[in-house]
Amino acid sequence: MEKLIALLIAAPLLGAAVLLVGGRRLDRVGHWIGTLLSTASFVFGLLLFADLLGRNAEHRTLTQHLWSWIPVEGFQADVTLRLDQLSMTFVLLITGVGSLIHLYSVGYMEHDERRRRFFGYLNLFLAAMLLLVLADNYLLLYVGWEGVGLASYLLIGFWQHKPSAATAAKKAFLVNRVGDMGLSIAIMLMFTTFGSFAFGPVFGHVGDASQGKLTAIGLMLLLAACGKSAQVPLQSWLGDAMEGPTPVSALIHAATMVTAGVYLIVRSAAVFNAAPDAQLAVTVVGAVTLLFGAIVGCAKDDIKKALAGSTMSQIGYMVLAAGLGPIGYVFAIMHLVTHGFFKAGLFLGAGSVMHGMNDEVDMRKYGGLRKYMPVTFVTFGLGYLAIIGFPGLSGFFSKDKIIEAAFAKGGTEGWILGGAALLGAAITAFYMTRVMLMTFFGEERWKNRPTRSPGAPSAEPAAEHRGEHAEPHPHESPKVMTIPMIVLAVGSVLGGGFFSIGDRFLHWLEPVTGHSEGHSPVSAGEVTAATMVCLVIGVAIAWAQYGRKPVPAVAPRGSLLTRAARRDLLQDDFNHVVLVRGGEHLTRSLVYLDHSLVDGVVNGTAAGFGGLSGRLRRFQNGFARSYAVSMFGGAALLVAATLLMRAV
Amino acid sequence: MNPVNYLYLAGLLFTIGATGVLIRRNAIVVFMCVELMLNACNLAFVTFSRLHGNLDGQVFAFFTMVVAAAEVVVGLAIIVSLFRTRHSASVDDASLMKL
Amino acid sequence: MSAQLAAYTTSTGEAFQFWVLGTVAVLGALCTVFMKKAVHSALSLAGTMIVLAVFYLANGAYFLGIVQIVVYTGAIMMLFLFVVMLVGVTAADSLKETIKGQRWLALLCGVGFGVLLLAGIANASLKDFAGTGQANANGNVEGLAALIFTKYVFAFEITGALLITAAVGAMVLTHRERTERAKTQRELSEQRVREGKYVPPLPAPGVYARHNAVDIAGLLPDGTPSELTVSKTLRERGQIRDVSTDAINDLRALEQRSEERLERTPIEPETFKRPEEASK
Repeated sequence: MEKLIALLIAAPLLGAAVLLVGGRRLDRVGHWIGTLLSTASFVFGLLLFADLLGRNAEHRTLTQHLWSWIPVEGFQADVTLRLDQLSMTFVLLITGVGSLIHLYSVGYMEHDERRRRFFGYLNLFLAAMLLLVLADNYLLLYVGWEGVGLASYLLIGFWQHKPSAATAAKKAFLVNRVGDMGLSIAIMLMFTTFGSFAFGPVFGHVGDASQGKLTAIGLMLLLAACGKSAQVPLQSWLGDAMEGPTPVSALIHAATMVTAGVYLIVRSAAVFNAAPDAQLAVTVVGAVTLLFGAIVGCAKDDIKKALAGSTMSQIGYMVLAAGLGPIGYVFAIMHLVTHGFFKAGLFLGAGSVMHGMNDEVDMRKYGGLRKYMPVTFVTFGLGYLAIIGFPGLSGFFSKDKIIEAAFAKGGTEGWILGGAALLGAAITAFYMTRVMLMTFFGEERWKNRPTRSPGAPSAEPAAEHRGEHAEPHPHESPKVMTIPMIVLAVGSVLGGGFFSIGDRFLHWLEPVTGHSEGHSPVSAGEVTAATMVCLVIGVAIAWAQYGRKPVPAVAPRGSLLTRAARRDLLQDDFNHVVLVRGGEHLTRSLVYLDHSLVDGVVNGTAAGFGGLSGRLRRFQNGFARSYAVSMFGGAALLVAATLLMRAV
Repeated sequence: MNPVNYLYLAGLLFTIGATGVLIRRNAIVVFMCVELMLNACNLAFVTFSRLHGNLDGQVFAFFTMVVAAAEVVVGLAIIVSLFRTRHSASVDDASLMKL
Repeated sequence: MSAQLAAYTTSTGEAFQFWVLGTVAVLGALCTVFMKKAVHSALSLAGTMIVLAVFYLANGAYFLGIVQIVVYTGAIMMLFLFVVMLVGVTAADSLKETIKGQRWLALLCGVGFGVLLLAGIANASLKDFAGTGQANANGNVEGLAALIFTKYVFAFEITGALLITAAVGAMVLTHRERTERAKTQRELSEQRVREGKYVPPLPAPGVYARHNAVDIAGLLPDGTPSELTVSKTLRERGQIRDVSTDAINDLRALEQRSEERLERTPIEPETFKRPEEASK
């Protein structure tokens, strides 16, 4: 059965190779090849899952050694794959959601000339992501880590003729690079500390390492996670990443890749358990991000950016849970999985709305769409209920557990973290209700007006093929798009309950991550009640503001906080002022130094020699007789010297 | 008279020849001046032969003559071919190596 | 004269000969350097070399003295003269210096060098002259031969190789490889007819029987000289003499002189100028 593990990666990798190398002759079937190979990977995943279920909990770790990568004495890097419960969860999520989104993209990208290439990139992403979660050592994980970064870059910038997309892709790549640096440093630290970077030896010898080194490794891993999972302070790229096609936003920037940071933290549980300071940093990052993302999500009028803020916030929950240690790991992963379902569903719904609205993304130009796209409305609505934590739906179970775990941390920290998580829940309810109301309810603001204010950037250039300047005629999307949405909606409704009832997910993951019950100062029931209260407050405020009153088609000026949130809470301004300006000043001073000092010395020397030779050159006048005079003068000097020596 | 006067004469002739080489532009005259210098040397050799009372100096003068003959043959051939291409026997005209 | 005496002094005859001929040698050397024409330089040098040959003889180098006359003055100087003729006998050098400061530098170096050299000789203690009487006891030529074929035999052989190389080198340098067959007289005349230029033979040079005559351009019917009449070599050397106005000017001068003698006022004192020159 172990042999199948490599096939998980091989199938989408083959797809990527075939699609990207195959050229135009595959244009007609490329998307089906991509979908087929992605589904094949999913089927292999299911087979392996069935195999794992058939084993004892202790024997559910399969490894497959493929080949020795860098067989150097003292530095053994192997290409070894490891499939355990944690990887299995991710494999199913990645291949399952991935296959659904492949299917969806067949419809969504129908009018794009470069659809084959798009599927090639998607397959490449799947392969890299699977390598990331299946790697048995950090170095191989790093390969996958970089691979998903590359795929993300290629897909964000898929519409590279749009300057905004190209810039967003570069931004994502650069910000991710900061995180990647953290990961590489962490790997180097592991190698110097443990002499290895394979999971087994590292986790086995955590006890031997000093506290300081473990904290350093933990913080570096956290930096890596921040970059990949868009956590504060490396969060700025996620909002811009929405320039990519919507299926990409759904798959990579909501369901899978951005959760790689959570995977990294949970996978490195042994390191973090032994480094409480690093853990504390993780929880702080998570708590800050969950509020940060939620506030940003409240202010955005762009439906995808609002969802991006939400993604950031929800991953903040996961990171927070992962930082809580054994009491939180399982719930982090559980929320990750349920979030993968409902957020992918929400994004696909948003894509469907845009598809029907001539690629309009401004929610102020939506309204009353529930009549025109009922399937989208229902699936999006179910996703909405799931994310705000409506009782019985998946978000309810997973988020609730995280809030409980945050309180269970104990002490002042517990109260602060729990409070933040509760506040986040209220804000989540607010902004998601806002999205829902602005899109599907209220008056139809897209009627009787020019479709697009002149000069407003076209969100997706495929719009030009669809008669952009006509008044939008909202319509339901084709079946190939709605079916994945329905499947994901079912997942968002049932997932949480299925995982939580009887603690199935807990028992499944426990052997890998470990689990311990915290001592919560508040009972589970109280937490649930508080969450419900927050939920109701959030929804009520949103309804008061966007449901009862008509939504203005042009955004009002808003409060200082709103304006700041519209600018992503000034994250780019911060980066600009601190990093870009600082860098500019630094480089400018270095350039000045280079020009004045280094070049001055170099050029001065050159100029000196140049001037000297210019003068010496005059002696080289080309006349043999002049040279003869010098020779004769030299001979005279020699005679003089000889005489002088004799005289002395 | 002391035979050392021959040496003074040789030195004088040599200096005149050398100055001529530096001053004249006509390659043929320059060559003649070189010959003058060689002859001055020969005179010095012969005088030294007399000074030392053996014939080695004369042998050297003899070799100098032979080498000078060879040199004149090649040198004049060079002048002829130069004149053929440049229509000039001035050493200053052959200054193409100048920058 | 005893051998003892020869050690540090010479006979009066030799002294007299040295002072007279030495002066001649220095003058010849100076003329070699300062004569305008290469021919004169060559002749002066030949004179200096003959004087040197006499000095060789006086110093007991009988063989070298003869060789100096035969080889140097006879062969090498003739070679020089031959090349001078080839290059242009009348091509007088202008002695004006073109390189700035060259002459002064050369004179300075020359004087400095000469003074140092003479001072060096004066400084050396060259009192005891052994004289060549002993060495030449078996004959000068035999003595030299004994040295050349024993002690210096390798140098001698190498010198032979050098001479052969020089001879070959001179031939290579002056030999011009023909890249195409030379045209025959017939072909040349046919070509002239085909091109329609100078179909008749080239005109003869000027008819004035003075100077070289061949270097005087013949006059065309309108009185202008034709360069075609002068040989190509002279044309290239720029040695064409323009005498088209000489005769008229001479006539004027004669008239003027006769008028002066007859004490008449000159009618036209200026010399005749060709119309284009006068207009300048």
